[in-house]
Amino acid sequence: MAKLIGGITTSHIPAIGNAMASKLEQDPYWKRFFDGYEPVKAWLAEKQPDIAIVVYNDHGLNFFLDKVPTFALGCAKTYENADEGWGLPSATHFEGDEEFSWHLANSLVEQEFDMTTCQEMLVDHGLVVPMGLMWRHLGHWPVKVIPLAVNTVIQPLPSAKRCLDLGKALGKAIASYPEDKKVVIIGTGGLSHQLQGERAGIIDVDYDLECMEHIISDPDWLARQSHSEIIEKAGTEGIEVIMWLVMRGALPDHVTVKHKHYHAPISNTGAGVLLLESPEAT
Amino acid sequence: MAWEEKPYHKIPGTYVFDGKRSANAYKLNKMLFSFNREENRKAYEADPATYADKYGLPADQKEALLKGDFLELLRQGGNIYYMAKLAIPAGFSVQDVGAAFHNIPTDDFKQHLLDQSEDFQKKLKDREGYWHG
Repeated sequence: MAKLIGGITTSHIPAIGNAMASKLEQDPYWKRFFDGYEPVKAWLAEKQPDIAIVVYNDHGLNFFLDKVPTFALGCAKTYENADEGWGLPSATHFEGDEEFSWHLANSLVEQEFDMTTCQEMLVDHGLVVPMGLMWRHLGHWPVKVIPLAVNTVIQPLPSAKRCLDLGKALGKAIASYPEDKKVVIIGTGGLSHQLQGERAGIIDVDYDLECMEHIISDPDWLARQSHSEIIEKAGTEGIEVIMWLVMRGALPDHVTVKHKHYHAPISNTGAGVLLLESPEAT
Repeated sequence: MAWEEKPYHKIPGTYVFDGKRSANAYKLNKMLFSFNREENRKAYEADPATYADKYGLPADQKEALLKGDFLELLRQGGNIYYMAKLAIPAGFSVQDVGAAFHNIPTDDFKQHLLDQSEDFQKKLKDREGYWHG
């Protein structure tokens, strides 16, 4: 049977991708931020997962505004990255796992989460930056990738509670896969940042840390909040934190906190990292 | 017919992207989306007005575009992620864009980011379990 061994959270902003491409990891601005990922990389090296489900939002690479799925699941054999106009070098392609993806799609739709299935899907920095943070040092991707894109771009977005519930359904879907696979789920985006308007540049460290604590032990705290409440605190792009709830929902209620890391500012953003281990990991 | 009012419309200095904004600026955002391709970025750079006309931009949005008025583009319904496809290839950083929204120098905007984060390491120490390097 497939086992979900843990969940990870991370920011996915392009500035991190640029810093990795320019090898700025030891630069004073970046060092503390990147050093804080080493325990996550060590855990991944020890646990050797087979599959990573990456929960992210597309920022206008695969999806234009003509068609915006609320929840889109990659069901392809491979995924390509491409020019987004943001100056990031394109990453090498990612291998998917079609059987596992379609199992998730079947199970999620049976559980009344009506996913959009994608057999061709360009993946943007929202997925590529987290993959680089976890595995760029290997020179290849050691896991099969399952992209799960959440609309955080155009209202109406799914509610925070809906994201948590999707995660719960995803947890059941993973657990019912008959083949032995070790799975990790990565919730990406956030924490507080606002790129737009006269309120651009807000970083709310207190709210970010409250989110990190509650994601661990009381995700309903965040799931109860409306988009307006979250945006007021975390900023328009800080709403991405709802994707952390998908990660959290997939894990059991009781998890072991293996790592907590926070740094601010990274570019315009408060950047939080969690590594939550499931009892299934041992 | 009426556009529904939402609580997020009341957050000052904030333009949450929704159906109303998207409907008002669909052509603008479609043009910005085309900048995923380098040849389109070059075609725009060579002749912005003609390129905007090809996408049928309304006069006020075209004017804001040609003036490089990011705040007005945002107010008209430009999506910030799509606007980045214009701004970043033109040499702006996200801090430059943030500073432009505030109408302040980029260094002041960067200082604003640092000021809000100033005591974050102390706050981590006040809580349990954070990594400290």
